[in-house]
Amino acid sequence: MNPEFEHLYQALSKVDGYIYPNEIELSWSILIVLYPYITGLVAGAFILASLERVFNVKSLKPTYVIALLTAFAFMLVATMPLIFHLGKPFRAWEIMITPHLTSAMAIFGFVYLWYLMVVLLLEIWFDYRADMVVWSKEATGLKKWLYKAFSLGITDISPESRKWDNKLGYVVTVIGIPSAFLLHGYVGFIFGSIKANPWWSTVMMPVIFLFSAMVSGIALVMLVFMVINYIRKQKIDMICLDTIAKYLFYIIIIDFTLESLDQIHRLYEAEESFEIISLLMSGKLFVTLLIFQVFFGMIVPLITLGTLQFYKPKEKVRQFIYLIIGLLVLFGIFFMRWNVVIGGQLFSKSFYGFTSFKLSLIGSEGFLMASIWLIVPFIILAFLLWLFPPWKKIHEENIMVE
Amino acid sequence: MKNTKENPSRRNFIKKTGITLGSLLVSSALPPFNAVLFAANKPTGKGIWYGIGIDIEKCIGCGNCAKTCKIENDVPPEPFFFRSWVEQYTIKNDGTIKVESPNGGIDGFTQSVPDNEIEKSFFVPKMCNHCYKSPCVQVCPVGATFESPEGVVLVDEKYCIGCRYCVQACPYGCRYIHPTKHVVDKCTLCYHRLKKGLNPACMENCPTKARISGDLNDPESEISKFIRIKNVYVLKPHLNTGSKLYYNALNQEVR
Repeated sequence: MNPEFEHLYQALSKVDGYIYPNEIELSWSILIVLYPYITGLVAGAFILASLERVFNVKSLKPTYVIALLTAFAFMLVATMPLIFHLGKPFRAWEIMITPHLTSAMAIFGFVYLWYLMVVLLLEIWFDYRADMVVWSKEATGLKKWLYKAFSLGITDISPESRKWDNKLGYVVTVIGIPSAFLLHGYVGFIFGSIKANPWWSTVMMPVIFLFSAMVSGIALVMLVFMVINYIRKQKIDMICLDTIAKYLFYIIIIDFTLESLDQIHRLYEAEESFEIISLLMSGKLFVTLLIFQVFFGMIVPLITLGTLQFYKPKEKVRQFIYLIIGLLVLFGIFFMRWNVVIGGQLFSKSFYGFTSFKLSLIGSEGFLMASIWLIVPFIILAFLLWLFPPWKKIHEENIMVE
Repeated sequence: MKNTKENPSRRNFIKKTGITLGSLLVSSALPPFNAVLFAANKPTGKGIWYGIGIDIEKCIGCGNCAKTCKIENDVPPEPFFFRSWVEQYTIKNDGTIKVESPNGGIDGFTQSVPDNEIEKSFFVPKMCNHCYKSPCVQVCPVGATFESPEGVVLVDEKYCIGCRYCVQACPYGCRYIHPTKHVVDKCTLCYHRLKKGLNPACMENCPTKARISGDLNDPESEISKFIRIKNVYVLKPHLNTGSKLYYNALNQEVR
């Protein structure tokens, strides 16, 4: 027996019922779980930033820049799991230069670049341009030159030019909101448009992806905001934190409603695939779906955050609760992606049986590699916070004086 | 400025928005913008347009087709990679269904259900359906999977990026990732043989002539007669894939 296929022979021995012979190995593994997870964090963090800017939620002001930088850090990594998952990674660029327009996947490069270059980069640039000009005068060494380079030589920091930065930044944010919706709704469409797979093929998929993205993005920014304040030993702005938690609560309600609607619809219609899907949910996905995703990721946060809307314990207790809830939500949404991507491949398209999935520790599709793609964005974020510390930003008044 | 009906800037704005949206709508219906209409298109095949017929009543489950296919097309020998395979369906007296395909049927079959429990049993050879509204062609992000002018769905292995989206999109499980080439592989209807005027290897080697292929546009071809005379049915018709693999005597249990 060729050792290369040992894992496949093992999987073959674990097949339950009948599956097509080509279905033993899952085509999409942990890396494709990360893809919607990471892009979801980006879209969600950005939408939280837009809340402050476009919808004028003043109490979220302290998180605005943090949310933008978080979105940016994760966006830089978003394509990596995708490229590494390809059978021929060096051909990845074909998707950009010869896109096949009937494919939902073909548009990814363009949606990604639009969002990264036009929305995120521009918005951050407009927000930091004047700061970089000022910082470039104060800083020394590498930092000085980085600021000089990134400000692109536009050194005018008159109130008039600041006003323009602000105006243009606002326009970008307004464009950014539908773009964020597009980015993640589109990721949902990649799965939702596969008619061969009844677990994926639902018109609700883009909407569900979008709202779960917002849930995870808001939770992530909430955690990052708290951690930054702990590290800097600053008192946390509780009004801000409570407001984030309130929005998190609202969006979880919408997300929970949409996902329930999808499942109720599935139950009620009970189409051809009903039997295999109910076996999937009560069997192979029981722990990751009902316990991890629904109970820990949704019901517990929903009840806790709901209670906090009426009953407010001491600040320290609330902070601790938010920390736990933030982590639970991120954990739950990760398993939401897992249940979609992995769950959708565990049952045979013949609807007569199941294959199995075992996550290996090493290898490009292994646990360690996947962890790296989740850790790298935080390293990028730390670097961004070092280079562009939001707490050192120049306030409007100072510029006026200068 | 007053916001009245006479306000020209407002009227202009509505006009411009209308024109923009209208032209977007119109242009989206034109090629190459009609990307979303793929599966709603009508067949356009002219000239030779291949279809396949499989007669379940004639299949004896010898597995010759699956074996020949592996040899002819250098399909990896391990039991995880198939362009063509045979399934054994057994419907038991209690209504439960047992499906088996050990090594794709290459080594033949044994019946694991005792005779007195069997209501009926039959073999279903499976292969690419060469759909004309093929979901795999639709979703390929680079166009490496395409339909030949003769209606054969092929893969350009020098172009495939190995994203596996097509594997997900095929409702019939006919695609696999080649373990050494790292690109997708599937039945070509032995395109290399068709071009020389030969039959696909699986059909050439079927001892009972249970499988045929031919030109759907020629009303006198064997396949056209097969479709006309027999009660043929395609797999998963509700998915509207435009399958061109027609089965005679297909039980509704077969998926």
